[in-house]
Amino acid sequence: MRRKVLNVISYEKTRDTFTNEAFLMFLAILAGLLFAFAAPFLYRWLGRWVYVPMALLPFCIFLYLLSLAPAVLAGSPLGEVQKWAPSLGINLHFYLDGLSLLFALLITGFGTLIMVYAGGYLKGNSLLGRFYLYLTLFMTAMLGLVLSGNLISLFIFWELTSISSYLLIGFGHEQESSRNSALQALLVTGLGGLALMAGLILVGMAGETYTLSELLTRGDMVTSHALYLPALVLVLLGAFTKSAQFPFHFWLPNAMAAPTPVSAYLHSATMVKAGVYLLARLTPVMGGTEVWQYTLMIVGGITTLLGAWLALQHSDLKAILAYTTISALGLLVTMTGIGTAPALEAMLVFLLAHALYKGTLFLVAGNVDHATGTRDIKQLYGLARSIRPTAIAALLAGFSMAGVLPFFGFIGKELVYEAVLEESPLRWMLFAVSFFSGMVFVAVALLIGFRIFWGRSQLSTPLQHPDKALLYLPPVVLSLVGLLFGLLPGLLATPILRRAAQAMLGEEQVFELALWHGFNLVLGLSLLTIALGYVVYRFSGSLQSHANRFERLYLFGPDKLYQHAVKGLITGATKITATIQNGYLRNYIVTIVITHILLLALSLWKDGPALEMSYRLEQLSDIRLYELVLILLVIPALIFLFQSRSRLTSIAIMGIIGYSIALFYILFGAPDVAATQLLIETLTVVIFVLILHKLPAFQYLTHARERYKYVLVSIAFGAAMTYIILLVKQYPLDSPLKAYYGENSYLLGQGRNIVNVILVDFRALDTLGEIVVLAVAAVGIVAMLKLRMQKGGKP
Amino acid sequence: MEVILPFLIGILFTSSLYLILHRHFFKLILGLILFGLATNLFLFVIGRLTRGGSAIIPKTEDMAVEPFADPVPQALLLTAIVIGFGIQAFSIVLIKRVYQSFGTNDLDDMNTTDQIEEKE
Repeated sequence: MRRKVLNVISYEKTRDTFTNEAFLMFLAILAGLLFAFAAPFLYRWLGRWVYVPMALLPFCIFLYLLSLAPAVLAGSPLGEVQKWAPSLGINLHFYLDGLSLLFALLITGFGTLIMVYAGGYLKGNSLLGRFYLYLTLFMTAMLGLVLSGNLISLFIFWELTSISSYLLIGFGHEQESSRNSALQALLVTGLGGLALMAGLILVGMAGETYTLSELLTRGDMVTSHALYLPALVLVLLGAFTKSAQFPFHFWLPNAMAAPTPVSAYLHSATMVKAGVYLLARLTPVMGGTEVWQYTLMIVGGITTLLGAWLALQHSDLKAILAYTTISALGLLVTMTGIGTAPALEAMLVFLLAHALYKGTLFLVAGNVDHATGTRDIKQLYGLARSIRPTAIAALLAGFSMAGVLPFFGFIGKELVYEAVLEESPLRWMLFAVSFFSGMVFVAVALLIGFRIFWGRSQLSTPLQHPDKALLYLPPVVLSLVGLLFGLLPGLLATPILRRAAQAMLGEEQVFELALWHGFNLVLGLSLLTIALGYVVYRFSGSLQSHANRFERLYLFGPDKLYQHAVKGLITGATKITATIQNGYLRNYIVTIVITHILLLALSLWKDGPALEMSYRLEQLSDIRLYELVLILLVIPALIFLFQSRSRLTSIAIMGIIGYSIALFYILFGAPDVAATQLLIETLTVVIFVLILHKLPAFQYLTHARERYKYVLVSIAFGAAMTYIILLVKQYPLDSPLKAYYGENSYLLGQGRNIVNVILVDFRALDTLGEIVVLAVAAVGIVAMLKLRMQKGGKP
Repeated sequence: MEVILPFLIGILFTSSLYLILHRHFFKLILGLILFGLATNLFLFVIGRLTRGGSAIIPKTEDMAVEPFADPVPQALLLTAIVIGFGIQAFSIVLIKRVYQSFGTNDLDDMNTTDQIEEKE
């Protein structure tokens, strides 16, 4: 394969500084958020007219973007930076070049129509205000995504589209299938989003910047970096999950549970193309390597074939459209993977054409569903008589999808064929893939654009209501735009597509789109596609009747895998929690102690210092008699403690141990500590004796075998603590604190008892904290003692 | 003495942990008290021992004269002992209350709030 040399982009005229028109870009995003959250209130106020302001917003942004178009088309991208976390290189950075302008116009233009359409489609739905909130939120997020000039802000908008998509798919939340589909879409795209975040950070590390305009010039630096491969894998995971590429394609048909305006907008024209946008955007940064090219071509190719094949096996209008969308997305990824200038141009043209005709067809499907109450193509016939405007839109979009002459889809198809037929080792495979999908597109176009409306039939499916203007105007407008683009490609599409291709290829492109290329091989192939597509269409009925034969295959499909994974996750979590959190205090303590010992052993295993005992034996002779006596007092006391069966005796023994330790403190120069210890020990014994008669008597509760286990754990713990002390005492204590307090406690604190001065002067605030702890304990004790039983017998 | 005390502390820790691991409330309290004693002694010994010479500045001097004991671990210990007492008093009363209310002296009878139901 010819390795594509990526020229370094030189955007000399990049205006990253503050400009008035670019500041409006920031305002546009902000206005989107404001409108989104105002939508429920507007609905309460305006009722069914709420679609007017909601549609005006994208329309105004659309017009505003058009006003920026001349500057961008002249070749100077616009930039706008709001400082966010500049120390981390994260900024709210907007960047408008040909590629983002193409997407932004698509989002706002299509968004305007969808807002109008939704007003008709969901008329009377009491949650319409909420619907507009989600939809506007999505539109804003999508707009932010394509306008982002910073990888981190791009990621944030990317996640926002996933979340709003989740809310929109789950809009019909009374149905369990809706909720499951929404969750599935969120989990799949959310996992991809996590991968993408890691990937983008790696890209930022490799390119040493998160700013897109800088990154675009550092392609060689990124692709030659050691982190390139992991970054690529992670970024591709994000893009593939979002754009429903194999094997993550399964969420998209399930997402058709959303209301049709959402399917048309998110799951056909805009959001699912975010992955393609990302790939296109990063082409100058990460593209051009063999791993990039082959991964994209193979994954995209498989997706194209799979989507086309599955589309033929369904009879639900939206399912057919969803699978052909997957196929089209696969084709877009494949073309991005090829990466040559003709391939990228073809990708852009096909992307625009697909958005126009597939959006129309989705809206048509919505109208049919709304008017007849069914989406099953077997029950739909003769609709052209009853809903003529919708039928006309469907016919026009169908022509474009099939790639018939005066339509924009025709140009897209021609360019795709031209691009895949270029010299490359995979050429015939790529051609077969695009030819197959082309054939299926023709068949589906005939099925949806022609048969259900214009097919020969005496009857027509009974209607629940006639066509409404709000419902048929948007698809008609959209399909007419598709025709207009086909008739005047040089005027409408060429300038912006040139700049978009420049953003991906790095150098100015001079291609000219034309409807007529003359009689050549590609035209012949186009005609052959249409002819064979007609054959497929004739046999589509019998294919669908065999569809259930393949059902056993789907048992091993990714959708089933996903369901098993989710189920396994929940049962696994339940089991682990039930094991770890078992409710037995002893088990918790044993776990803590064993973890502590293991961590200690681990850290001392390799480079831990060895324990030296030889010189310590000499110290044994240093022991004074009264010290020995104290030790000989404590150990028998402990033995008695374990043998005692009386509560009073054990309390007395505890007293002995406490007093002995207090004596240790006196012997080693800590009279204050000793005094406190004596006092506390006395108090404890007093409290014990006071409420002894209310405490339970001794009983043996633990089994003998368990007891050995606990003895072992206890001995291990005690040994570990001894080991720590011995090890620590091998080293001299090097702390300046002793000297500091010794020097200053009288001079600064005016006290001769250094410990007291520390407590009440140097560290007085800590002592205050200690008093607070005691006060809280006292309040707790009082509360418990005063607590009266309620009638039920429980406190 | 520096050699013997670490072993004494180890024995104290062993006994206290063993008591804590019992199911009986009363032994749990005994274990807690003993654990506190062991921890305090642990801190004290880690901070080095000085025979005699307490951390007090003589009337005749402005600064402390060696040998004097390190005051920092002592200050820490004082705080620890007092807070340990707070915990002891609280747990004694708590256990008395639990015994009165639920009539049990077995920790294993009190695990219902921590357990989750296993589905299916």
